[in-house]
Amino acid sequence: MDFLIRLAHCHFSFRQPELESLATLLEVDLEWVYYSDKSPYCIVKLPDEATARALVARSILAKDVYELWGQGSVYEELHADVRKRTASRWPDYEHRTFSFVVDSFLGKRSSGKKIEIIQSFAYTGFKGPIRMKDPQEKFWVMEEYEEDLSHRTVNLDQPHEPRMIFMGRYLGKSTRDAILKYDLKKRKYISTTSMEAELSLVTANMALAAPGKLFYDPFVGTGSFMVTAAHFGALSMGSDIDPRSFRGKEEENWGPPAVTHNFKQYGTESKFVEAFTSDLTNTPLRNVQFLDGIVCDPPYGVREGLRVLGTRSGKAIEPVIIDGVPAHYRPGYIPPKKPYGFEAMQRDVLGFAARSLVTNGRLAMWMPTAMDEMDLPLPMHPNLELISVSTQSFHNWARMLLTYRRLPEGEVSDTALARNKADDEGASADDLNEFRRKVCISNLKSCTSPS
Amino acid sequence: MKVITANFVTCAVKDCKTSAASFPLHFHDAELEMQEIDFQPEFIRNVIPRIDWEGLRVTANELGFPSLPDSKPEGKALEDERTLKDLHRLLLETQVMEGRLVCGNCGHQYAIKEGIANFLLPSHLV
Repeated sequence: MDFLIRLAHCHFSFRQPELESLATLLEVDLEWVYYSDKSPYCIVKLPDEATARALVARSILAKDVYELWGQGSVYEELHADVRKRTASRWPDYEHRTFSFVVDSFLGKRSSGKKIEIIQSFAYTGFKGPIRMKDPQEKFWVMEEYEEDLSHRTVNLDQPHEPRMIFMGRYLGKSTRDAILKYDLKKRKYISTTSMEAELSLVTANMALAAPGKLFYDPFVGTGSFMVTAAHFGALSMGSDIDPRSFRGKEEENWGPPAVTHNFKQYGTESKFVEAFTSDLTNTPLRNVQFLDGIVCDPPYGVREGLRVLGTRSGKAIEPVIIDGVPAHYRPGYIPPKKPYGFEAMQRDVLGFAARSLVTNGRLAMWMPTAMDEMDLPLPMHPNLELISVSTQSFHNWARMLLTYRRLPEGEVSDTALARNKADDEGASADDLNEFRRKVCISNLKSCTSPS
Repeated sequence: MKVITANFVTCAVKDCKTSAASFPLHFHDAELEMQEIDFQPEFIRNVIPRIDWEGLRVTANELGFPSLPDSKPEGKALEDERTLKDLHRLLLETQVMEGRLVCGNCGHQYAIKEGIANFLLPSHLV
């Protein structure tokens, strides 16, 4: 069956991967019939109406879904298609209350013209009554216009016809409202690097968060990914090399870890498993496949350099005994840390994901990149299949959400084209982090927080 | 730290990871707190196959829980609500608020404070 999905007109390279991920989650086949980054309307084939509703109900980047009744580049063509597809079903709707909406993208219709359009469907024989509030059926006419700057800026009154028209019966809406619920401005505990609500929710969808699953974020920070995974029912654990990030600053006296206040705010306390202090390069997690999803935005050190356990010189400091207790067991001990390369950290994340994800488990990892590096190969691992690459662009940099699937044993992905970039030589965060150097240091004045 | 997490961690020291003696880490001076959490049978059913049962038996014993069955519940046993609820209580509702986790191989101790375990290593163990 053909369904029309109305998409949010933003985050274009995330829209198809999100819906494809949701089809994987629901274990259904989704086939693209029509999709363009230039349009908010797309058409997909799905097995049935219930599936279409369920799929879109989980989506953040879709707005709503319709049973496709017809399409055409002009109204005659649209009406012919509506007749062909649905004439046999009109009697089913004859006595149902209904409403009609005309939605125009990049175009505008006067209310008189809208009524004329609605009346052109009189042949369907719906007797109604028409009810604008809570009708039993909602029919939508959706017009897509060419993006034509001359029409929009010079000649606003010029009649201008849509390039495509769709007609559909409304089935249900998405969970896009969650963006408001998880808005950082209303969240109890955040920091300067908390990921915005919309893309945190999309990240959880890419990683197939769902009830019964166990998720982990190795760079948990204030727990943006934990709470959005929880929104979709997954339980999660998080860790960070800096416990203040998830615990809250001591002087603020948060009591239980500050991240748990966010779970409480959203009523998802039972989805919080754990927050612990650890460094991914020296993780205490066992080498067993136990995670359904890993979601992360590794620190890339625009504000702070990336650091891991160890000493800058590479030489261990011999343990010191103070009052009969080794210094490293005394309260307040802070172990030494050293700068670490961004390329090495990405490889560590992929290696960890390959060891820890169950078969078909997913890694959704954010990666920043300077604009002149957009075409560089991506990090890969033989046990992980790169499923999608979605990019969010800023003025002089971009960040990509890379989604991988843990392959079953015995299958390997082709990593011939993988990123094989070494970290720069050096001992300071700037020497080691090309991204930080390029985007931030060379452009100090315009350096803003990426999140 | 919850019991479920204790089953998925071992000593962070690289040489210990390959040693059988490092798992499970042993709780010392553990102060427990029970925390009520919604029962989510689908979660318990999903994670039980990934749990190291022998390790869980050792941990449960150290924390003073009645002994667990000798073998991991599988198949039909995972449909039994009593079994799932008992495991839910042990894995998710039991929280170690204060204490130490000690590696049986190298003896290194990881502190747990206000429910948060710290697995950072001093430089001579990295």
